[in-house]
Amino acid sequence: MKVSRIMAAWRHWVGKASNARYALFGAALLLSGCSGAPHFSFLDPQGPVANAERWHFYIVLGIMAVLVAAPIFLVMPFVLWRYRYGNKRARYAPKWKFSRLIEIFTWAGPVIIVCILGFFVWRDAHRLDPYKPLPSDQPALQVQVIGYDWKWLFIYPKLGIATIGTLGMPAGRPVSMHLTSATVMQSFFIPSLGSQIYAMGGMVTQLNLEASRPGTFLGENTMYSGKGFHKQKFTAVALAPDDFKAWVKKVRNTGMTLDGDVLKTIAERGTLAQLITDLPPAASHDGSVYLTGVTPTLFRAVVKSTMRGTRVVPGNGSTPAHATTTRPSLTKTRGKP
Amino acid sequence: MSAIDIIEHPLGRLSLESLPFYKMSQDPTLQNLINGSIAGTAALIAVGGAVIVAGLITYFHGWRTLWSDWLTSTDHKKIGIMYVVIAFVMMARALIEAMLMRAQQAWGLGGGFLSPDHFAELFSTHGTIMIFFMAMPFLTGLINYVMPMQIGARDVSFPTLNSVSLGLTAAGAALIMVSLVLGSFSTGGWFGYPPYTEMAYSPGVGVDYWIWALSLSSLGSTFTGINFAVTIYKERAPGMKLMRMPLFTWTALCAAILMIFAMPPLTVATAQLALDRYLGFHYFTNALGGDPMHFVNLFWMFGHPEVYIIILPAWGVYSEVISTYSGKALFGYRSLVWATMAISVLSFTVWLHHFFTMGQNANINAVFGIASMLIGIPTGVKIYDWIWTMVRGRVRMTTPMVYSIGFILLFVLGGMTGILLANPSIDYQVHNTVFLVAHFHNVAVPGVLFGMLAGYHFWFPKAFGFRLNERWGIFSALCWIIGFMLAFFPLYVLGIMGLPRRSAGYQQAAYVPLEMVAFAGALVIGVALLALVIQLLVSIRDREQNRSPVGDPWDGRSLEWSTASPPPEHNFPVIPEVTNLDAFTVAKECGEAYQEPDEYVDITMPRNSILGPVLGIFGFVLAFALVWRIWWLVILATLATFVTIIVRGFARDLTETVSADDARREHQRLLERVRISPAISRDDERAPVNVGLAKQGPAKVVS
Repeated sequence: MKVSRIMAAWRHWVGKASNARYALFGAALLLSGCSGAPHFSFLDPQGPVANAERWHFYIVLGIMAVLVAAPIFLVMPFVLWRYRYGNKRARYAPKWKFSRLIEIFTWAGPVIIVCILGFFVWRDAHRLDPYKPLPSDQPALQVQVIGYDWKWLFIYPKLGIATIGTLGMPAGRPVSMHLTSATVMQSFFIPSLGSQIYAMGGMVTQLNLEASRPGTFLGENTMYSGKGFHKQKFTAVALAPDDFKAWVKKVRNTGMTLDGDVLKTIAERGTLAQLITDLPPAASHDGSVYLTGVTPTLFRAVVKSTMRGTRVVPGNGSTPAHATTTRPSLTKTRGKP
Repeated sequence: MSAIDIIEHPLGRLSLESLPFYKMSQDPTLQNLINGSIAGTAALIAVGGAVIVAGLITYFHGWRTLWSDWLTSTDHKKIGIMYVVIAFVMMARALIEAMLMRAQQAWGLGGGFLSPDHFAELFSTHGTIMIFFMAMPFLTGLINYVMPMQIGARDVSFPTLNSVSLGLTAAGAALIMVSLVLGSFSTGGWFGYPPYTEMAYSPGVGVDYWIWALSLSSLGSTFTGINFAVTIYKERAPGMKLMRMPLFTWTALCAAILMIFAMPPLTVATAQLALDRYLGFHYFTNALGGDPMHFVNLFWMFGHPEVYIIILPAWGVYSEVISTYSGKALFGYRSLVWATMAISVLSFTVWLHHFFTMGQNANINAVFGIASMLIGIPTGVKIYDWIWTMVRGRVRMTTPMVYSIGFILLFVLGGMTGILLANPSIDYQVHNTVFLVAHFHNVAVPGVLFGMLAGYHFWFPKAFGFRLNERWGIFSALCWIIGFMLAFFPLYVLGIMGLPRRSAGYQQAAYVPLEMVAFAGALVIGVALLALVIQLLVSIRDREQNRSPVGDPWDGRSLEWSTASPPPEHNFPVIPEVTNLDAFTVAKECGEAYQEPDEYVDITMPRNSILGPVLGIFGFVLAFALVWRIWWLVILATLATFVTIIVRGFARDLTETVSADDARREHQRLLERVRISPAISRDDERAPVNVGLAKQGPAKVVS
């Protein structure tokens, strides 16, 4: 009893002090152990991708700090002091302007540094390609992401559910996402899990992430998209496998059926908060919107209708008959389907 | 656009609602009041400023002088000065906007005091102005003023075209200023990605303001690029081989070539966007075959070379400044030239690094990542060579040197974060966050702005005949440096903490302390700008003690320092013969400076022309009418533009002659000044005795 009260006080104090810590030590320190609040930085990685990106960041930063910054920050003040105007004892050679040896070093230094760094670029651009499936002994959870103004719709095609505001995922199992936008360009980003990728109308991009352990992570759109842009946040929640199953069941049981009218409401320009006001029955207690009865073809229908400039009618997965000029076979998807 | 439309809406979309305080008066909520007041104040400042300037000109009977000595002038020096004036005015506006944005984010927990749309207008105008109407006019102005003199020319190759370029740039700047008063500006950022900037998502006039301001400016810059390149190729004095050109001229050449090739993609992209918006085309729409990615590619095919268009001339300034104030030849001249050229070529091969996150495959991203890093090689060479230039020199810590040292140290950090961003796998994390904002300010502020300000201090006495106050200069430079560090280093951390750029607000309390530091930095930068204004006023007040009419206050190395300050319109009494790099230094050492030539000849100079200001005005009217869709005015302005150009085609007497006698008298006045003036050593550089005649021979040795 007593111990728990002390712990609570301690946590309270740490929570208060964390603001000051941020200011003092910047990211690295403060990111370590805030309880409760979602993780929001790749320097506090919660999955293999963000973790690899963190190490890549440190390695490149370290190489440059030692090979690029340190020499110049040491040499520059020395040169300035040594050859200051007042110092008449330093050698003054106003015509000295060339030295083959120095020139060779001047070019060779940066060339070598770039060769070293180039190796890491090549290796990690391939290793951390967002399209690359993550190695795992479990099949990846499929999620389809549609960017709207100003919220993200997450579709779980194999589970028949969809959510807005919360992206639930099982911890320790890869998540494979296909992304598109039903509106302007957006960029989908969960910093503490890994890469960001653009979502664009009529096009499909892909992203693979994994949360190593249960937790909550800040998710956002980083591409300016209008006045509700800064409110286009969501919480990614990694749950233990059983908890995830329970969560899916909850969504299925409590969610609102995603029909044409609901989708039309979602497609209107407005934040998640505005959507909840417009669709009270869909709101869950955690401030998210849970939807059910989602057809597996919805995502593709949205991609196509955005491409054709028509309205999508979920359910039959096709666009209305009055679709105007159509350019079939123009699905701009990169890579293997 | 039918005839009925024109009759029914003679003012197009223009109405009372276009005024900034309209919304506030109709719906006086607190936020509307705050935003309306800020916008209204800005509009009042713009209008009031214009009225006050006009009033002052009238009071001092300056209209005739302004028109015939300045606006219609084809003198590259006057055009250069006018460009720099535009740059300073626009910088003041964009800086105030920056401070407002920092304030918004400092109090942004949960929302801030500005409406999101107002905030978006601020970041859009700030970026657009800083690139197109601050950096570009500033460097164009400096090159205009200095480059022809450095190569021993009397003017640029196409003086009237030069004036037209200025007119178009001024028209673009004016259009952005008008957007303060009528309607609102784009909210799509300085790069205006569609489909957000398409009619479907941005139906207002904002994007149209952005399109036409950019079109005017990019047209002017294309002409400028052609003009500068031709000038450097064709107008060099005898003996001024390419490898004898001062480094600033080299960077001007590279920037000019980049302008010629990089501006058209922008003009095309904005024209296509305009077709989408005005005539329902589908270049960049989501639907019906449009593809916004095309815009992104076109924009950055311009956008990345543009980075080097603005940065290379600044590096040229640093080369001149560091060598001059170290009292020493530039180290590794050949390397620096090759490095500059290498950067220019490479700058066209890296545009994709602006969108690693668009879903290209890993090979493409890796190739462009490595290509981006390659630019680090010549850049590193330049940094090293500048440091080697100081080695075995006698470094004088003048204002331009403070900027240069600040630049070298800060730019190393900016370059490092650039290398970080060139790694696609790191870019996936920090792209579109304020880390990116911190990075490009870290290269653009020390890299470009400090260079421009160093050049302003360096060449000011050449242009106006007196030196700028050093105390205020150094104070301002230090404020710039410290303010910059306070304002932008926190953004690196905030970016790593996941704060997206362009956020009008946020929910993370952890961001607040660093945002506060950044806001304090913005205030310090505000002080720096204020110090620049005070410096100018103090320097004008004290100009009699700081006069350097002989023209060489810094013991300069290139030909512009061989003329009087301010130089005569024809620059040189006779075109100099060049035998070496550092032409003027060599002449001074051999005792060949300030010599009377064997004979004077008549000099042919371009006459004033009203073409530049007139096309500028018509361009402005056309753009304004297009923005507001006032179709009859569009037709009129288009006709007027064509008629003007055709009429100009019939103009005769495009030149006037400076007689040999006048040239002689002018030159003899300088020679007489040289004879009676004391030659000063560098010890007395800041003293009133420095009238611009440098003492030669080894510096005084004090043991």
